This record gives sequence, structure tokens and C-alpha cells, in this order.
Amino acid sequence: MEDTLILAIESSCDETAASVVKNGRTILSNVISSQIELHKLYGGVVPEIASRKHIEKINQVIGAALAEAGVSLDQLDAIGVTYGPGLVGALLVGVAEAKAIAYAKKLPLVGVHHIEGHVSANYIEHPDLEPPFLCLIVSGGHTHLVIVKDYGVFEILGRTRDDAAGEAFDKVARAIGLGYPGGPKIDRLSKEGNPEAIVFPRAKVGDCPYDFSFSGVKSAVLNYLNQAQMKGEEVNRADLAASFQKAVVDVLVEHTMTAAEDYHMDKIAIAGGVASNGTLRAAMEKACGERGYRFYSPSPIFCTDNAAMIGVAAYYEYKKGTRHGWDLNAVPNLRLGER
Amino acid sequence: MKILGLDSSGIVASVAVVEDDNLVAEYTVNYKKTHSQTLLPMLDQVAKMTELDLDTIDAVAVAAGPGSFTGLRIGSATAKGLGLALKKPLIGVPTVEALAYNLYDASGLICPIMDARRSQVYTGIYRFADHRLETVEDQMAVPIGELLEKLNRYGEKVIFLGDGVPVFRSVIEETLKVSCSFAPAHVNKQRAAAVAALGQVYYRDGKIQTAAEHAPDYLRVSQAERERAERERREDQTGEKK
Repeated sequence: MEDTLILAIESSCDETAASVVKNGRTILSNVISSQIELHKLYGGVVPEIASRKHIEKINQVIGAALAEAGVSLDQLDAIGVTYGPGLVGALLVGVAEAKAIAYAKKLPLVGVHHIEGHVSANYIEHPDLEPPFLCLIVSGGHTHLVIVKDYGVFEILGRTRDDAAGEAFDKVARAIGLGYPGGPKIDRLSKEGNPEAIVFPRAKVGDCPYDFSFSGVKSAVLNYLNQAQMKGEEVNRADLAASFQKAVVDVLVEHTMTAAEDYHMDKIAIAGGVASNGTLRAAMEKACGERGYRFYSPSPIFCTDNAAMIGVAAYYEYKKGTRHGWDLNAVPNLRLGER
Repeated sequence: MKILGLDSSGIVASVAVVEDDNLVAEYTVNYKKTHSQTLLPMLDQVAKMTELDLDTIDAVAVAAGPGSFTGLRIGSATAKGLGLALKKPLIGVPTVEALAYNLYDASGLICPIMDARRSQVYTGIYRFADHRLETVEDQMAVPIGELLEKLNRYGEKVIFLGDGVPVFRSVIEETLKVSCSFAPAHVNKQRAAAVAALGQVYYRDGKIQTAAEHAPDYLRVSQAERERAERERREDQTGEKK
């Protein structure tokens, strides 16, 4: 069988990324130019600054991805690109660039859903993993519990009703002066704290056992801080971080296990930026182990926004015959499973 | 010399191919801002109609700002992708200069104005001398009043054009003390033919870029950067008072 080579481009938020993927599972290169230092100054991602950085870096990133893979544009079979969801201005840079390259080289263009990319990151290091499986997707913008029925086919069981899990991490991190990005900082500080020190609420969403709500726990943390301040009490930040993180992780794991049982799924994966959280990974692994489920998670480098995962998702779409036209637009609120 | 021109800096989306003294094709739409969906299909149409082999172009010229930030990036990313794939250089043509080039060899001052919001205009002041476009005042973002004061000081007749004209026409007519005129419909907005034709001049002057190094010139920092700079300035001032 002849190899299928895909160049993938990702620019949905604050990483400019490109990758060359062979046959959907082999990563020949995975180049990521992160802007995180720039956005730290503002306590979060500034869309206009992100878009400007993307356009400054994109050709260099693509060039590096091709060079590292030892692949020329003439050898490619298709171009994959994230076209949503994400920041519209940021997405547009990758989309316009990918379209122009595909057009000039007469290559098929495959638009990819960013979250499908995150889910697909699991295929990179687990050659045995194939649908169906249950996947918990947790990032700064998304919290979804889905059954991956087939490549690119999802049944959404649950989603967040308010804040995404990563968003709650960022807000709590800001409140206790840890800065941006909150997830890794809370994870690190938690190691020094007692997760049982403070009991924060584990929210249940009445009518759907798989849905999430994180605004309650976030508010509880903020209230706790306010009250301590009014009483003039010193807050143990490590205990608070550990307790908050435990409250979030408990809910994520519990809902995932409930869904696994209800839907008789014995393969469980996690995906998205928050999937690199050490406490979450350990808790999921333990819960799966206790129940005899197989647990899959991407290495942290494939949890963060990257183009390798987009190339993997693009490969399966390409094989199914998905092709986008030269009028492909960025869709900032693209829904999972939508084409 | 064959130049592909692109302009998506404003409401107009425009694609053109200029070969030496010939405009081979131009596709200009002044309708709605959906450049992300229209620009490449427009190029595809132009290429099909003129049996254009993209490998035969010498460079891609793109309106490189000022303009709508997102619009500029759609044009730039398209040009950068084409440049990367075709291994061709880029020519970043300032949007207001390309606008002025629509009025080749006109006498007096040429003043393109684009609505920059916050009661400012993106503009520049140009004239033709010796059949070449000469910059009198470089491209800038200024309040319309400030621009009109400058023009009053030059004391020469002025031709206005650009999407800022309908927005500021009445204040121009009230404030300007020199005689002025407004360019007609066929030459008063962005046109990729002008970008490509002026691109030829740039190309001959050696003003080319690699596709990798090209980025738009916005003439403005982002709102977040502006607010941060203001905050720091305020903090500096209160710091001094202490």
C-alpha cells in the first residue's frame, strides 16, 4: 500500500502549529510555536495579538514541519486544517494559508474540527486503539463526554452547562495570584497541599448525569477566599488548590465511570489541554484499573494544541472522502460532529 | 513580468493578474465582507478564465495595510500560502499607496482615506512627479481634522478617494480651504489591478519579500496593547507624584 502523507495546520488559539503525518498514525514532524509568554502579560489569550503572531510565524512553522519530516509539498496527498472551533481571527490565518497552499499545489483540502483533533491525539501513541471508545475531552474551552462510535463519528453524552474545566482552573489560578495559564500552575501547587483540607461542592446537573457544571465550585473558591479575607485569616493556597482540583477531578472521573458503566464501554480515553493534568490522569487510571477498563491518554505534548492530532483526524476524514472547497471559512463555534 | 495582485483590506475583495502593460484579468467585488469565503474562489475563477498557470507568475503582490485587521490577514495568509507553495516572492504594497496609484499622473495632491473607526482615517498624501508616485506624507492613522489641517497648509488642490469619502465628505467640504474633488466609482476603491501594477514598480525597485517574512502593516497596535500601555503610563505618573 502506498503511504498517505498529510500536512496539517493548526492556529485556533495561541499556538501556531504544523505537522506531517504518515498513514494517520505516524508523526513525521510536530512543530509548535507557542505564544504563551506573550499572553501572560494580559492574563489570558488576546485574540488580536494571537492572530498577528500566527501570520508572522506560520510559514516558518510549516517550513520547519516539512523539513523535519523530510517531505516536500509535491509528495503530499492532502492538506488538513483546523477550521473551528476557536478564535475566528486566529483560525482564519491557518484556513487561508492552508487553502492557498492546497490550491497552488492542486491538493485536496480537508477541514478538521479542533476537538476531533484532540480526540484523535489518542491514536498517535496507541496503535491498538480503535473506535468505539468513551472519551472525556477537557480543555480551556471545552468539556465533553463522548462516545467515539467510529472515526469522526461522535455521540455526545455530556457537556458543561457553564464554564469549561480549564476555564475554572484559569479563574481560580487568577484569584489566588498564580497567573496564566492556570491549569499547570494549580497542578504544581496542589502537590504541596492537602486535597481533603477544604470541601468544595461537587455539582450534579439534575436532568443529565453526564453533564458538568464548574461555575459552582469556582464561586465556592472565590467565596472561601473572600470570607478568609474578611476574617483576616491567612489562606493556605496549596491546600486550596489541591482541594479545588480534587473537586473538579472527582466529578470528571465519576461522570466518566457512570457513562462507561451505562454504555458498556471498556476503553476510556481522555483528550484536550487539561488531559495533561497529573492528578486527573492518575485518578482516571486508578478508576479504570479498578474496573478492568483500558485507559488511554496522549503524552502531554499531544494534549496541548498541536497539528499532529489535526493531521491524524484529517487522515481519517480524507479516507472517508471528506473534501472542502476553496470557500472554506473559519467557524468559531463549530459543533462537534458538524461538517 | 507577471504579477498576481490581491486586495482584501476593506469591503472590496479583488484579484488581478497584470502582465507588463496588460491587465489580463481583474475580479473586484464591493459587496459584503466575506473575504475568507470569496478571495480564493475569485482567484480560481480568474485562473480558469485566463488559463493561468500559477507557476508562470513572478511574484504575488498583496495590499499589506492599513485596513481591516482580519481582512488584511486573509489577504496576507493567502499570499503567503501561494508564495510558499509556488516558491515565489511577495510584494507588500501599502493599501493607501495602491489606492493613490489608481489616479496615475493626476495633478495636485492625492489623498486616499479609509475609515479607521474611532473618528480616525487611515491615509497618506501623495503626488505624481516625473511619472512616479511620490510620498508627500507617509501612511498614517490620524483624526480627520488633523489630516484636513495638513492639507490646508499644503495649499494645493486635492483628490480624495477611498471608503472614508462617504463617511467624511461633509466634514471635508466644511473644513477644507483648498479646492478638492472626489474620484469616481471606477477608481475610488481598492483594486487589485492597482496593487499588481504598483507591485511591478516595487519589484523593479527590488522591494520584494520572502513569503515567510511578509506580514501586514496595521499602523496600529491591538486594543489590548494600547490599553496596557495607557495603564502603565498612568501608573508611571501616579508613581512620580508619590
